[in-house]
Amino acid sequence: MANTSSTTDVKVLGAWPSPFVIRVRIALNIKSVKYEFLEETFGSKSQLLLQSNPVHKKIPVFIHGGKPIAESLIIVQYIDEVWSSGPSILPSDPYDRAIARFWAAYVDDKFFPPLRLIKSAQGEEKAALVKQVTEGLDLLEEAFQKSSKGKAFFGGDRIGYLDIAFGSTLGWLRATENMGEVKLLDGAKTPGLVLWAESFCADGAVKGLIPETEKLVEFAKLLAARMKGGAPPKQ
Amino acid sequence: MASQEVKLLGFWVSPFSIRVEWALKLKGVDYEYIEEDIFNKSSRLLELNPVHKKVPVLVHDGKVMAESFILLEYIDETWKQDPLLLPQDPYERSKARFWARVAEEKLLEYSFTAMCTHGEKKEQALKSAVEAAEKIEEEMKRNNKKFLGGESIGYLDLAMGWIAYWLPVWEEVGSMQIVDPSQFPATTAWSKRFLDHPVIKQNLPPRDKMLVYFHERRKILGGLV
Repeated sequence: MANTSSTTDVKVLGAWPSPFVIRVRIALNIKSVKYEFLEETFGSKSQLLLQSNPVHKKIPVFIHGGKPIAESLIIVQYIDEVWSSGPSILPSDPYDRAIARFWAAYVDDKFFPPLRLIKSAQGEEKAALVKQVTEGLDLLEEAFQKSSKGKAFFGGDRIGYLDIAFGSTLGWLRATENMGEVKLLDGAKTPGLVLWAESFCADGAVKGLIPETEKLVEFAKLLAARMKGGAPPKQ
Repeated sequence: MASQEVKLLGFWVSPFSIRVEWALKLKGVDYEYIEEDIFNKSSRLLELNPVHKKVPVLVHDGKVMAESFILLEYIDETWKQDPLLLPQDPYERSKARFWARVAEEKLLEYSFTAMCTHGEKKEQALKSAVEAAEKIEEEMKRNNKKFLGGESIGYLDLAMGWIAYWLPVWEEVGSMQIVDPSQFPATTAWSKRFLDHPVIKQNLPPRDKMLVYFHERRKILGGLV
């Protein structure tokens, strides 16, 4: 529900390829919050970005009523807490919240970092990265079975915090399979996740936000070319 | 009221498990502490935290959870008595969560690396650690209350508590200075107040043992970090 007029006091600074930015947009969609999407130009950082996230200088940045918030999962929790009348993103039970947070942190610390390196890796290094990612998927499959309790999503009937945290990486997961010529999400090994991925991408709050594989592959090539051509872009 | 069984698996010198102990003690929650030898991990630890194989692990009425920041939030949400650890306002909460991560991912990482390395690696880590400390100092200056949580200790104080006690030990072991009191007056003053709190004061590992431990770690990790 991006609204490009400047009449709202909800802004998202981001870029379309970033899974971290996608998380924020999904959360806003769940809450039916209109926002202004300010797309950062690839390769440079706007004044607004540098001012509103001076510590990390990274996207996404969420600006609500002039107040900036950085770090995607922190932003998603903020959105859940502020627009509390909308559908809940985090589970209500403290233990379920702890589990959702645990696996979301796992996605960021252990799953996505090796995933993003596969496309430019070769040989033994690549094999090791692929192993890390597929082992991660096995763990996430187990987590999915426990968390979903037979429903479509980690969050149950509706997408929740962990769906958002993990699902936002699906674009790059598929693009990596394409570029790395490797099968990562395998119906034979993680059947629950395969079905979940389909349901997630088809969800109303997610539709249109997960970039198509071809676009990401093109973007990755552009990124690689830039890094070879000159000073590596600072992200 | 049915008794609630709370167990915490920790390691005597881990700032990560101790910050969870601080939270439980501040809230007056009874728990069984189980010391784990992280260099000789028990089958119990590996069973309870198979993903990371680390402490702390919290077990509450059979429910198993890990990751210290997550445990602090769980404790605050489950035992709603004072002190309330997370701020009430969502924006303040997001700031507390943000700065906890900055302290952990930047200051702690770089400080520990600087302690264990030498030469250029050490210089680079030191520089990055000081940069992180400077950002935190600005936040400390902005806060004009007794603690970062206000009048009582809160989430961010617990998250950053290691700065008050572990960091000086690492500075000594690494023959380096990161938080120079004259350059970091707000952080230094906060550290004193934090360590002076009766619950914190009584729940710190012995400094002399810490020095021995980290000197040993420095030797072992020396080439690897």
